[in-house]
Amino acid sequence: MSRIKDLQKNLFGGTTSNARQFGMIFTLVAIILLFEVWTGGLTLTSGNLIAVVSQYSYILILSIGMLMVIVAGHIDLSVGSVAAFTGIVVAKAMQEFSLPWPVGILVGLAVGALIGAWQGFWVAYIGVPAFIVTLAGMLLFRGGNQYIGNADTVPVPEGFRSIGAGFLPEIGPNTGYNNLTLLLGVAACVAVVWRELRARQTRHEMQADVAPVWISGLRLVVMVGVIIFATLRFAGGRVGTSLPISGIILIALVLAYSYYTRNTIGGRHIYAVGGNARAAELSGVKLKRVNFMVMMNMSILAALAGMIFVARSSASGPQDGLSWELDAIAAVFIGGAAVSGGLGTISGSIVGGLVMALLNNGLQLKGVGSDMVQIIKGLVLLLAVAFDVYNKSQGRFSILGSLMRPFRRDDPGQPLDRSLSTSDTDKAPIAG
Amino acid sequence: MTVDSTLLEMRSITKTFPGVTALEDVNLVVRSGEIHAICGENGAGKSTLMKVLSGVHPHGTYTGQIVYQGDEVRFSNIRASEQAGIVIIHQELALVPGMSITENIFLGNEPRRRGSIDWKAAQRRALELMEQVGLREDPDTLIKDIGVGKQQLVEIAKAFAKEVKLLILDEPTAALNEADSQHLLDLLRGFRERGITSIIISHKLNEIAAVADTITILRDGRTIESLDVKADGVNEDRIVRGMVGRELHSRFPDHTPDPGEVFFEVRDWTVRHPISTERLVCKGSSFTVKRGEIVGFAGLMGAGRTELAMSLFGRSYGVYLGGRVFKDGKEIQLRTVAEAIEHGLAYVSEDRKAIGLNLLDDIKTSMVAAKLSKISTHGVIDQVEEHRVAEEYRKSLRVKTPSVDEGVTKLSGGNQQKVVLAKWMFTDPDLLILDEPTRGIDVGAKYEIYGIIQRLADQGKGVIVISSELPELIGLCDRIYTVFEGTITGDVARGDADPELLMKQMTSTKKIPTP
Ligand SMILES: Nc1ncnc2c1ncn2[C@@H]1O[C@H](COP(=O)(O)OP(=O)(O)OP(=O)(O)O)[C@@H](O)[C@H]1O
Ligand SMILES: [Mg+2]
Repeated sequence: MSRIKDLQKNLFGGTTSNARQFGMIFTLVAIILLFEVWTGGLTLTSGNLIAVVSQYSYILILSIGMLMVIVAGHIDLSVGSVAAFTGIVVAKAMQEFSLPWPVGILVGLAVGALIGAWQGFWVAYIGVPAFIVTLAGMLLFRGGNQYIGNADTVPVPEGFRSIGAGFLPEIGPNTGYNNLTLLLGVAACVAVVWRELRARQTRHEMQADVAPVWISGLRLVVMVGVIIFATLRFAGGRVGTSLPISGIILIALVLAYSYYTRNTIGGRHIYAVGGNARAAELSGVKLKRVNFMVMMNMSILAALAGMIFVARSSASGPQDGLSWELDAIAAVFIGGAAVSGGLGTISGSIVGGLVMALLNNGLQLKGVGSDMVQIIKGLVLLLAVAFDVYNKSQGRFSILGSLMRPFRRDDPGQPLDRSLSTSDTDKAPIAG
Repeated sequence: MTVDSTLLEMRSITKTFPGVTALEDVNLVVRSGEIHAICGENGAGKSTLMKVLSGVHPHGTYTGQIVYQGDEVRFSNIRASEQAGIVIIHQELALVPGMSITENIFLGNEPRRRGSIDWKAAQRRALELMEQVGLREDPDTLIKDIGVGKQQLVEIAKAFAKEVKLLILDEPTAALNEADSQHLLDLLRGFRERGITSIIISHKLNEIAAVADTITILRDGRTIESLDVKADGVNEDRIVRGMVGRELHSRFPDHTPDPGEVFFEVRDWTVRHPISTERLVCKGSSFTVKRGEIVGFAGLMGAGRTELAMSLFGRSYGVYLGGRVFKDGKEIQLRTVAEAIEHGLAYVSEDRKAIGLNLLDDIKTSMVAAKLSKISTHGVIDQVEEHRVAEEYRKSLRVKTPSVDEGVTKLSGGNQQKVVLAKWMFTDPDLLILDEPTRGIDVGAKYEIYGIIQRLADQGKGVIVISSELPELIGLCDRIYTVFEGTITGDVARGDADPELLMKQMTSTKKIPTP
């Protein structure tokens, strides 16, 4: 039976996975299957998958930034308004000054950076809680959007639309598929194999136990299988469609940010600040700078998400980005981040974001009204997090979670230790 | 029930955590009305045993039997054990800092009258309880405004607010100074007169030998022996032998100090309290450290030693008013922690849980946290190197853990301390400031840590040790400064240091000229 144990322990247990995420992947698969059956096979068609990516990439882009904000112990309620504000500024700027669209994008990112600096300043240097700063920002920038746009929609030029509605060009021989997407798929397969081999080698160098070869093999088969399936779907849509440009931007962001949070000093510092700000400070972490950067980064990503959204809908309007913050925050928490900060992963948030996106999409496919959509999303968020909290408070992991050993950034402490030590933290007597 | 009847019997308790067996077949017999001590090295399972007893680890998560007052009990949570009169005061205090003494005493146990809290009665009762534990304070004082010693007394008063028959104290005196510890031990003796049974866990073996009636010794999660203090004529050495399984001949490793030149000097360091504008916590302190020298700072709680150290370490405490720092003859600026680390300073805090560690981290992450640049290129952390470094420290400091990937909360108190120590040794400091480095650490590990300190000194580093235990300072340090209310009152060389002299200088404002 040890083979089964090995499997449970290792199959999903790369360095990025954790118990929580393992459960999430199951939830995701369950939701996909549920909707696949319920919609009579509509969910996994090429057309729908492509639509999901271009329609909901904003949730995923936002959840990357939101993960970092929440890990650092803050929250950002302003992302929807910031996105809308950036959208209108960019649309107006391109319309009024007939800026070329690449310049428009740069303007948008700059607007995001400025807003981020503004919010980061209040949070990091003045010490106003992010909840308040961004609540104010939510009003400020929503109002700003309506002020600049006269509460009206402003169209954007053709070139600009490519970042939201564009596809990879059709080149090369006629294979019946989009060749560039196929190429990307092949590259992804190679990367996955290479990564697995490298991970094995690293474990070996660390003299830690290396998973048996057959497990690595099985894991690769599963992952490569998923990639091939997705590639064929994305490449095999209507002629002229492919993996959307916004999807490619998204993948690049996910890769870059998960590398950053996992492997760099800057990433470590975010976790350190969220885990114990005082201890981080006494270890030489520049607290203010970390808080500032995290808030600023969020606004830049919100600006990007806003532009992609505007590009897709080909115009900026006053209702853009409404309640995006809720989708993003929900994605992060469903993805296993801790409300108190210090815990969570980008990949978890992405899984959480996919759950939210597919939920939105599936319910839309079934023609469920927005009233029910909201009710269902609310319940899913509540139940997903409650399930986790309940299991922790019982001092045991979920059945799913216990199938594998927790890895980094999973909560290493027992709830009791945590609560005792937090009360201890507050006390912090300075005696000499 | 006669005095000698058995109050509690824990039979064959086994408790495992994933990957570790914390307790294996442990037996404990506590007689009614005695003071029962539990001794053992860090990670021996003392706290775990008490958590099993008090329902923190509920029935069903361990195997074995607990017989209390003649009946088998199965506590499913702390509340259940409290109802049976068993109250535990944990290694980490659990008071609410922003609430008053009264509020804390009755937290979750508020006296009620017609549905609302009867604060008058609470006030009255609080005063009674405070009287019983010898705490003279205004009951409206906030917890955060009283010292650790008094906080400990509030915890005990809180226990008495419930009907307590068996009081469990997990390292109650670890953070206390000698006078406060003495007061607490006297209190326990008083309880014994009144028929209240206590279980005490402590690494201060002299206290144990003085106060306990029976001592149960744990080693590696097993019961080694149970000693009757009077009948067996138990002294400290006898306890140590039980704990470590062999004779420990000396408390301090042999060491020939070889201090070099003065390389670190502080002049007229003046720091104000962060809130109250009049209060100075450091009043023009000046001192020097030589290369290879171990310098002690002795003082009572609240003398300003931690404040001095933390304000030097990147102005992490209070408001800087004046003073200069020289290293190797050059003036240096220590405005931020990063700058201090850059200049080769390291500060190991006395409060590892609150400010020394990120409790969400695993061991290896904690160990490298203060100098990530050392294992990184262009900001990218080399995780193989991280693992290797952590393994190295795990071995050299003998941290008791199955793997450096474990979370730091899973370590026993003493082993967490070693992790903090590793974290700062990793920064390769020139001046290492250790604030109560052996608090809550067992004799064997203390010996090891003294050895580490001496090795660092032999490598030419300066070490500052802040400690409330005079014997530790006297045994370890080449020179000792005494501090009283923010003023450095003395500078005593190794040969002249004796407890009496130090005590005198620690309690007098008169500046004694440097010999
Ligand atoms: N929640 C937990 N999860 C995993 N292991 C644990 C947990 N709590 C304790 N342990 C392990 O159980 C063992 C006993 O720990 P315990 O805290 O009881 O030691 P202790 O005797 O109180 O030590 P100290 O004197 O350092 O406080 C240690 O090896 C520790 O790592
Ligand atoms: Mg303990």
